[in-house]
Amino acid sequence: MSAIAHPHDHSHGEAHEHHGPPRGITRWLYTTNHKDIGTMYLVFSCIMFFAGGSMAMMIRAELFEPGLQLFNPQFFNSLTTIHGLVMIFGAIMPAFVGLANWLIPMQIGAADMAFPRLNNWSFWLLVPASVLLISGFFVPGGAIASGWTLYPPLSIQQGISMDMSILAIHMMGASSIMGSINIITTILNMRAPGMTLMKMPMFVWAWLITAYLLIAVMPVLAGAITMLLFDRHFGTSFFNAAGGGDPTMFLHIFWFFGHPEVYIMILPAFGIVSQIIPAFARKPLFGYASMVYATASIAILSFIVWGHHMFTVGMPAAGNLFFMYATILIAVPTGVKVFNWISTMWRGSMTFETPMLFAIGFIFLFTIGGFSGLVLALAPVDITLHNTYYVVAHFHYVLVSGALFAIIGAVYFWLPKWTGNMYNETLGKWHFWLSMIGFNVLFFPQHFLGLAGMPRRIPDYALQFAEWNMISSIGAFIFGFTQLIFLYNVITTIRSGKPAEQKPWEGADSLEWTHLPTPAPYHTFEVQPVIK
Amino acid sequence: MHLKHLRALVALAATLPASLAALASYDVDILPPVTPMSQESYNLHWGIMYVCIAIFFIVFGTMFWSIFKHRRSKGAQAAQFHENTTIEILWTIIPFVVLIGMAYPATRTMIEMKDASGADMTVKITAYQWRWGYDYPQEGVHFFSNLSTPRDQIDNYDGAGAAKNDNYLLEVDKPFVVPTGKKIRLLITANDVIHGWYVPQLGVNQYGIPGFIKDAWIQVDKPGIYRGQCSQICGKEHAYMPIVVDARTPEQYAAWVKEEKAKMPPPPAPEPQAAAAPAAQGEAPAAAAAPAGKMSAADLKAAGEKVYTQNCAACHQANGMGLAGTFPPLAAGHAFNAPAAMTKPLQDRGFFKGGKIVEGSPKEHMDIVLHGVPGTAMASWAHLTDEQIAAVITYERGSWGNHGGEVQPSEVAAARKKS
Amino acid sequence: MSVPANDVALRNRDLMRKLLVVCGGMLAFAFAMVPMYRQICDAIGISQQRAVIAATSTQVDTSRDIKVELLASTAGLPWKFEALDRVVTLHPGELHTVRYQVVNTLGRAVTAQAVMSTAPALAMRYIEKQECFCFKTQTLQPGESREMPVVFRVKRDAPADLTTISLSYSFMEAPGGAT
Repeated sequence: MSAIAHPHDHSHGEAHEHHGPPRGITRWLYTTNHKDIGTMYLVFSCIMFFAGGSMAMMIRAELFEPGLQLFNPQFFNSLTTIHGLVMIFGAIMPAFVGLANWLIPMQIGAADMAFPRLNNWSFWLLVPASVLLISGFFVPGGAIASGWTLYPPLSIQQGISMDMSILAIHMMGASSIMGSINIITTILNMRAPGMTLMKMPMFVWAWLITAYLLIAVMPVLAGAITMLLFDRHFGTSFFNAAGGGDPTMFLHIFWFFGHPEVYIMILPAFGIVSQIIPAFARKPLFGYASMVYATASIAILSFIVWGHHMFTVGMPAAGNLFFMYATILIAVPTGVKVFNWISTMWRGSMTFETPMLFAIGFIFLFTIGGFSGLVLALAPVDITLHNTYYVVAHFHYVLVSGALFAIIGAVYFWLPKWTGNMYNETLGKWHFWLSMIGFNVLFFPQHFLGLAGMPRRIPDYALQFAEWNMISSIGAFIFGFTQLIFLYNVITTIRSGKPAEQKPWEGADSLEWTHLPTPAPYHTFEVQPVIK
Repeated sequence: MHLKHLRALVALAATLPASLAALASYDVDILPPVTPMSQESYNLHWGIMYVCIAIFFIVFGTMFWSIFKHRRSKGAQAAQFHENTTIEILWTIIPFVVLIGMAYPATRTMIEMKDASGADMTVKITAYQWRWGYDYPQEGVHFFSNLSTPRDQIDNYDGAGAAKNDNYLLEVDKPFVVPTGKKIRLLITANDVIHGWYVPQLGVNQYGIPGFIKDAWIQVDKPGIYRGQCSQICGKEHAYMPIVVDARTPEQYAAWVKEEKAKMPPPPAPEPQAAAAPAAQGEAPAAAAAPAGKMSAADLKAAGEKVYTQNCAACHQANGMGLAGTFPPLAAGHAFNAPAAMTKPLQDRGFFKGGKIVEGSPKEHMDIVLHGVPGTAMASWAHLTDEQIAAVITYERGSWGNHGGEVQPSEVAAARKKS
Repeated sequence: MSVPANDVALRNRDLMRKLLVVCGGMLAFAFAMVPMYRQICDAIGISQQRAVIAATSTQVDTSRDIKVELLASTAGLPWKFEALDRVVTLHPGELHTVRYQVVNTLGRAVTAQAVMSTAPALAMRYIEKQECFCFKTQTLQPGESREMPVVFRVKRDAPADLTTISLSYSFMEAPGGAT
């Protein structure tokens, strides 16, 4: 089990002129190395996370008090819209793709991704796309202000920035599809001998399922926004009742994409947590097979629940009921996953380093998000709470304390492997606890605002919402500035962290820990290991 | 009602010392329901909440027990079990059964909610950017309902601004009046984009979609004022189109209908010529009765400023500068960079030359105010009185570098007739 | 290594091709959702009806009455549009004529399409129309006024609990202007 089980990786490499990477900017422009591309994805998503986060801070600053203090309502609407798009397509999804790039080849014993050049393209498409999306703020009419869901006819009314955003989303979608094809091919064709599907680490499993979801639904989004573009400029009437269309149809097509999209942002997080928990409990993952089946059934069910975003559009009762049942059903496999994690912890020998803290934070808060999801699944209750802050609280519980916490946990967990240096544990713990406090002060009161009837996407509100909003804003500033600790911790780890041990986590058992040195060399597994 | 103690506890725990006095606004529950359907939703919400709270304690009780007991620092040795088919099947089936238990009452409520049959009356609700229109077809009453919070309470860009009313942003000029104890069918539609008619205490949250009517129903048993807002983002003033429902006893309601009917124009006669009666004669009976007399330019301008501040300044801004790219400035000689779809209608009407706003003819000006500019956010303001329209046009044509002279109410009346 | 490198590259390309087909299929599916949506609406009976009923059966169910409320709206178009008959009561199976009146208040000729909608939504499938201005777009000259009839009936197989139907028409400017 010694980590340097394959020292010939080194000698072998040098013989074939595989030293390190080339120097300078061209290394990053032309690189086809999965680790470089993974790093670029992670850096990119970090930049987008802080960009989207700044918008969130601006939103919460305006909402600190009733009345309009800082921004006009149009600009505020642009902020909420671009915040959503940037966080989804710029921060969360690229972060997961970055992790996939770094980890999947190492975890299945492959030398690189299946299509290295495609990998490079799919990353570099993201950069112009995000520039296009954000530069909407600087064109006449300002950035799109229709909400990230782009419902027509409001999205038809938008200015030139809507066309820019549609193009940007097309590019991001193409990038995701290319990334997914790469990931599926890598996982299915490039596994080391003996690495059967049911031996793969959960992160790889989760990503395999996610990648299938991506190639199934990103084209649907592309179709929907293409129709929008045609309605805007080429006189078609997909969503215009006067020409025989129906705005409701956009909602159906959009959410047919939109709901699986939600799982695209959470399944890889499930995979990460399923690897962190056993590592720190020093005990194998409980119910590996049922985890795989639960993930797959969540993915399949995610295709038939889209209507729960539309309980208030006026579907016939039977439609509402069907989507209510399907949504309730999806809680079962999700529950199974939570029970499995807790059983993994049960009678373990746990320690609580930062990655473990974020994983436990994930389980705790994601489950609360699951509870509010269950409340919203009941159609009559959803009708009372639809488009209120309750929904805002719900999806931030699943996407911030869900997806984001898992990503942060993953970064702490694998940073030693990537850089060879150990992060500062004290700062990591500060980061976790301040995030935990800030997050809950930020989002928990939003449940109450929603129950009291405060609609989302408003820059100004009635006086009875003032107290909770102020508390929520204070939480937002705590949470926002806490993330600078993370940035500082990561940067100092890379530049001057203490050298990490070969295997800093006692219970970690996937190939990158057991078969590779720390830090992972530039080229790994050029000769595939044989898994017994 | 439920969990009074919890409410107090949460309030206390979360309170900053300074705001202890305002305990009342730390609400943590759905507002008191006042219709059968909102009551059922309320009960369902608490039903599922109890289920969630129970699961919460079971799941996290186990987790924290494990966290405190099974830690290495306490010398815990890791067990190596990693599956147990029995328990895995159990925790798949038990939640499933519990959830079916919740789905059953929810199904009943959902079907009831969708069943608007046997209603005593119908009201059509039309959403506009950014106000509501209420139409009582049987009674022949219709009116618009606008936000009545003054702009100077909202705009706090240069300091605190005016003191805010108690019902800041939840107050309107004309509330939606309904009788108590009657089943009322609401038919919700929209004029421009998707909106959401949402009054939490009535348990109604229904999108209005242009071209389609969607039904919901209410039955309010307790007289009172119930407030809500537009729930679906509908553009810039989404936060500023509140809903106020005024539930009155059937007698009071009948009196109100009688009063409103008197203000309405006579019903349209079958012949087209006779039908061209004045469309909207305004909301105050006095205004309807007064003939469109001649007013002095100064009076018009003074009255116009008020109308402008209430109705136009939200988009075109108090200083007439509009918003870059979205809402054209009214001030003469200012550039308006916007897509052709927005500038072309202005150019056609003579208000836009060479990328800049210029002053057009009074006739076109009246046309825009009376009919709006189709395809843009500029709506028809025909529901204002002739005096109000004349005043606001005179104000606009005499401010911010414009020198267009006055427009008299009689001219507006003539323009209205012609159309 | 158990498989030669070339072989893996071939298999990879093969899989990529299959996955691209899935992508293309899903893109096609997105566009196929447009006709599918219509089909589903047709099947439930809540889609726009453009067809004229052929034969007028004289079978009338006089044992019960159905109240039909007629509503008129405009969406994004400041036309004056009103139902001249606001409420009619009729027997299932009985043909009935109601009148609407529309005035083009704009200073230009406008072509518009009336969109039909009912409440409850499922009532749509029990309404049969013989004549309707909604079958095609209407062009009105500036200031022109037009009285337009709708000849329709409620099918005899309408369920007994369907006692009130709201029949709504919304005029919207037709895309592309003139027909």
